Amino acid sequence: MTDTKKIEVRETRIVTRRLHDVVDAWKYENARADGAYQIWADVLRKGDAADLLAQVKASGLRGRGGANFPTAIKWESLPADVFPRYLVINGDEGEPSTFKDREIIEKDPHALVEGVCIEAFACGINKAFIYLRGEFALGYDRVVNAVKEASANGWVGENIQGSGFSLDIVVHRGAGAYICGEESALIESLEGKRGMPRIKPPLPIHSGVYAKPTVVNNVETASTLTHIIKMGGAEYAKLGVGRSTGTRVAAISGHIKNPGIYEIEFGMTFREIIFELCGGLRDDKELKFFLPGGASFQWLVNCDEHLDQVYDIDDITAKLGTTLGSGAIMVYDQSTDPVLVAWRLAKFYAHESCGKCTPCREGTGWIEKILYRMSHGQGRPTDMELLLSMSANVSPDVLRAPFTQTTICPLGPSPVSAVASLEKYFRAEVDAACSGGRPGIAVNVRVNS
Amino acid sequence: MTAVNEAKTTVTVTIDGKSIEARPGELLIKVAQDNGIYIPRFCWHERMKPVGMCRMCLVEVDGIRGFPPACTMPVSEAMVCHTDTDSVKAAQDGVLELLLINHPLDCPVCDRGGECPLQDTTLAFGPVESRFVEEKRHFEKPIAISDLVLLDRERCIQCARCTRFADEIAGDPLISFVDRGDHTQVLNFPDDPFSSYFSGNVVQICPVGALTAKPYRFKARPWDLATVETSCTTCAVHCRGAVQSSSNQIVRLLGVDSEPVNQGWLCDKGRFGYEHVHSAARVLTPRVGGREASWPQALDAAVAELKSAKNLHGGGAIAMIGGASGTNESAYAWARLTKGVIGTDNVDAQLGDGIAAEVVLGSDRAQISDLDNAAAIVLCAGDLKEELPVLFLRVKRAALELGVPLVDLSAAPHGLSKYVTHALGAAPGEQGLVAEQLASAIGGATPANETIAAATRSIGSREGNIVVILGRTSLAERDDTVVSAAAALGALPRVRFLSALRRSNVHGALEAGLAPGFLPGRVSLDSGRVHFTSNWGSVPAERGLGTEGILRACAEGKIHVLVLVGADPLADFPDRSLAKQALDTVGVVIAIDAFETPSNRRAKVFMPCTLWAEQGGTVTNLEGRVQRVSRKVSASGLALDDWRIASELAQRMGSDFDLETVDEITEEFSRVAPAWAGASTATIRNARDGVVLPFADHLGEVVFRRGGSSLDIEYSLSWEPIRADGDDVAVEASDVDETAEIDRTIATEDALTLFVWDRVVAPRSIPQRDAYALRVNVGRKLYDGGRIVAESPSLVGLKKAPTMLVSSADAARLGVLSGESVKATSSRGSITVELKAARGIAPGTASLGFSADGTGASELIDASVSVTDIRVETLR
Ligand SMILES: Cc1cc2nc3c(=O)[nH]c(=O)nc-3n(C[C@H](O)[C@H](O)[C@H](O)COP(=O)(O)O)c2cc1C
Ligand code: SF4
Ligand code: SF4
Ligand code: SF4
Ligand code: FES
Repeated sequence: MTDTKKIEVRETRIVTRRLHDVVDAWKYENARADGAYQIWADVLRKGDAADLLAQVKASGLRGRGGANFPTAIKWESLPADVFPRYLVINGDEGEPSTFKDREIIEKDPHALVEGVCIEAFACGINKAFIYLRGEFALGYDRVVNAVKEASANGWVGENIQGSGFSLDIVVHRGAGAYICGEESALIESLEGKRGMPRIKPPLPIHSGVYAKPTVVNNVETASTLTHIIKMGGAEYAKLGVGRSTGTRVAAISGHIKNPGIYEIEFGMTFREIIFELCGGLRDDKELKFFLPGGASFQWLVNCDEHLDQVYDIDDITAKLGTTLGSGAIMVYDQSTDPVLVAWRLAKFYAHESCGKCTPCREGTGWIEKILYRMSHGQGRPTDMELLLSMSANVSPDVLRAPFTQTTICPLGPSPVSAVASLEKYFRAEVDAACSGGRPGIAVNVRVNS
Repeated sequence: MTAVNEAKTTVTVTIDGKSIEARPGELLIKVAQDNGIYIPRFCWHERMKPVGMCRMCLVEVDGIRGFPPACTMPVSEAMVCHTDTDSVKAAQDGVLELLLINHPLDCPVCDRGGECPLQDTTLAFGPVESRFVEEKRHFEKPIAISDLVLLDRERCIQCARCTRFADEIAGDPLISFVDRGDHTQVLNFPDDPFSSYFSGNVVQICPVGALTAKPYRFKARPWDLATVETSCTTCAVHCRGAVQSSSNQIVRLLGVDSEPVNQGWLCDKGRFGYEHVHSAARVLTPRVGGREASWPQALDAAVAELKSAKNLHGGGAIAMIGGASGTNESAYAWARLTKGVIGTDNVDAQLGDGIAAEVVLGSDRAQISDLDNAAAIVLCAGDLKEELPVLFLRVKRAALELGVPLVDLSAAPHGLSKYVTHALGAAPGEQGLVAEQLASAIGGATPANETIAAATRSIGSREGNIVVILGRTSLAERDDTVVSAAAALGALPRVRFLSALRRSNVHGALEAGLAPGFLPGRVSLDSGRVHFTSNWGSVPAERGLGTEGILRACAEGKIHVLVLVGADPLADFPDRSLAKQALDTVGVVIAIDAFETPSNRRAKVFMPCTLWAEQGGTVTNLEGRVQRVSRKVSASGLALDDWRIASELAQRMGSDFDLETVDEITEEFSRVAPAWAGASTATIRNARDGVVLPFADHLGEVVFRRGGSSLDIEYSLSWEPIRADGDDVAVEASDVDETAEIDRTIATEDALTLFVWDRVVAPRSIPQRDAYALRVNVGRKLYDGGRIVAESPSLVGLKKAPTMLVSSADAARLGVLSGESVKATSSRGSITVELKAARGIAPGTASLGFSADGTGASELIDASVSVTDIRVETLR
């Protein structure tokens, strides 16, 4: 694998270049001076939607929302001749430790708007919704403002630049539920209903918003499009490794010296990312474990095999049974109690379970309760066995990744990833946590939470 | 189309090694069930869209990773599915364990205990001991989500059957999930109760004991109940039901799923109205002159009055109103008594609030199920949601789910307004005119306006019949507007009529001849004269009067004895002052009723009759479907069935009917009534979904029960659709058990033709409304002042004082605020009523509810004028 290793360890700033380099890039004049809407103008002038699809196909772009689905294939699945059809941009970004879309939304909203325009044109869509996480107060103002400025300057609206193409963009703010990041729950929420995932099929691409064909893409996915068109799909595909082409904006946090977002070209190793790009652990402490892809998937630990794993969607799944998920990396030093981390993650999922399906609604709560007592001095000797066996009710092959599920969506099995990680890597800590409990003691008296 | 292009009509799937043919796209859970493989489930309900929430139905399908739920999985060619492998069992056990962790140990005190799928599945397959040692989730127990329904959120398993029913089926999305995770709960919106007319259905289909209905709560345990299948006769839909009793008390009515009739649903008035049967206000002893008497004394007293009136003034001095609330057999006995023995044709089952019998009996009829695939549905009736609730559900479904255009001739907003696709904007009394415009446009003439053009286009583009739902559009108008609408539309080839007369067994009564000019079996007095004279001895010489004429004749002193059979003209006749005058003037009132009412309070003879569930027999619904009603509890007090009272009176009048049982009447009815020809009591008893009149035309549609008259309660009890046992296709006589012998010989010797309405209508003119007046549309309300509501403790509180709706323009013009009380004055009288400004009502029109207790709208209505105009003044 040495040949895929980059000689120089640095970021490859494509999507994030402007937000780093241009002061107040969120202002229209500043963004425009940096070339915003230029590609959009070119696209309109050429008026060749088929070419856009060809470029995106050639680029190998895969969705940056977590499911890694090839964007061009999604577009191609749009049923022909069914109108209206809608574009929905997923800016709900609610996963713990994931904050990469937020940077784009707050600092370079015109990049998003331009991407939305290009995507809508490519797919023959005249109405797009940008769904933003409810807590993004600043981001909401910035995106609303960007859409307003883009309209005022003739980039969005009726008959854009005399091209005959019209696009209306609606910015919608969520009400604070993580599940609304799941695309079908997002659509329910957008329609004014309680955010709960829909049963699939049908997929949104066949029947989404108001039962019409709907393309759902992540903020980063859409923002990347401008650059793919600018560079040419084939050129973009030269970046990265294997089927993981281009770059990925990673949000890196935890016990790390320089937390923040890093635009990483696929193919770096975690060792390079953590120790070179981010400067290693805070106070140069020793690494204990890290979450390579957000909060929902299995963890990796401080060993050569894991640290030398390249940042590659398919390779990491094949070799280590985890994935790059939402693009967040969380780093923990030796002082961390992994059982406590597992509990805290489980608490998030138990709280965010939408309640639609039994295994997740009841199972995440139970997992949380067991992990709570384990991490708070009340663990019982049988608790880990119980945890593993009841987790199988939610995710039948507990240790296997990618997980199987008895649930409607992948939220339910997410805390099981933490349980599996404990079992795989932290049996000693687990055994210690399971030795304190006295069966007679009430187990749900909470000291803090 | 070539054979290659034709869609494949069946696919072959393998379930647990069994090869099964199924329709493509059908759900796996249903295909399995239809083939004897029961996949456990909680959330899936056959009559609602699948949601895949409970995950109890997880199965394995070759080629699909994990465990897909069978309830959301459509079958496809060569699909191989496993429902009984160890891994499927483990997945299902896992779901069950999770369902139980927060479920309270309420079984011993839970109303569902004994018929609970969660309890049953746990007992059969569940874990012995709980591994969940934490405290369970707690909620306040139980909370009222409406006046009728209580919710115990601790017992809820979040299957969304109730919320889906409320939204998808009833169109009342008043309950929903709130909160998340293991605190997810069903709740109504604050200050907005789940006051749906259909709320009882959620109690029936809730798999667990989370939803309970006040009337049944803590009354019985399911294993103590005796059940019998019957029909609800609260309105004329005749929803199939299963009535249950304990210690001779009715405790519950469950909806039975009959595809052609009610698809499993009941309305709350029908479901809970059984309470009136046990009301303490029932009159249980005969009375003569206001004093309790024995039956012989009462019958003799009645006969003395009847004989003396007949001898002194002739049979025409006697009139009968009513007979619409009992069975077909009772109606037949009363028709034979009045027309064959007393010799009067002044007989009417309707109370001046319906439509001329000629139109109802003599038009081409539609069935309820024709709504599903109609070219269009034309609404020319009152508010179906208020008058025929479960028919409302069917129309709503046709319009919303099946895409049938809904063309509306109503003059006031109603329950279906929001589903209407073409509102033709008829003013009160002008339905006839607008119907004529519609009919001529459909017939090819240039449409009168763009709305009619649009309606005509959408009808023209569809196959099937145009189903006209025909009822009394307003009690403040004579029926001539509806009759002229029927005449205009009836001339079109594709039109079929679905009657929307609302009262109980009114259609059975009309078919039995309880209408002036008719004899039993849909024949006119004249054409049936010879046949019935030979069977009965005599029939009246001339056509008599309907209720309005009878009341007028009473008021003029021309009628000496008025027989009220379950009829209360003071409450139900639209023109109260005429009814009052009639009752004040008439010499003798003989009442057959279960309750004392203002109309029968001064009856010379009062004979107490049995009510629904105390009497067996058959009834006929608004599509002409004859179904059985069953006796479940014994008669209260000394009450007798209506038919027996008629037969006793006949005998004392010197004419022995020789009819000792209900079956004997059914037999005689089938023998002498032409529309009934061809069916025997055995046919009717064994026809799963009843038989539609005229029998000769519909015997081919009959589906017979397989094993006699049992209900399909194989899987559990009330939470799943309850089916009357039967095959899905009509079977040959030889397949049916011996008792169900079909008598297909039609009594043709008399060659009687069934009555056909000639569609001749008298010319009518509608007076101009002056600019200051409002023309009022008066309609029934479900929870009105009628007996069933008044005598059912659970329903009585739901009655609301009627309000008057006007457009906001009129409210502004009148200078009144919405919610203010006003005085409304017509040529007849005036009333004080609360006024509300509403959307969807045209300026110049007012809409007023009929209270059915002798107050309100009936004080404004003059039965002799075609429309009612009122002036409105503020009381300030
Ligand atoms: C529980 C859950 C949460 C999700 N949250 C997000 C999110 O916040 N943002 C996002 O873009 N995708 C999220 N997704 C993924 C979306 O369902 C969907 O795959 C994505 O928006 C598609 O866009 P892409 O193809 O551009 O990645 C989530 C999925 C699940 C199951
Ligand atoms: S897995 Fe959880 S979040 Fe997803 S649908 Fe089921 S309950 Fe809702
Ligand atoms: S109350 Fe009953 S029907 Fe409603 S969701 Fe709960 S269990 Fe299901
Ligand atoms: S719709 Fe009519 S027949 Fe059906 S339950 Fe209600 S009252 Fe009874
Ligand atoms: S019955 Fe299939 S998920 Fe509930």
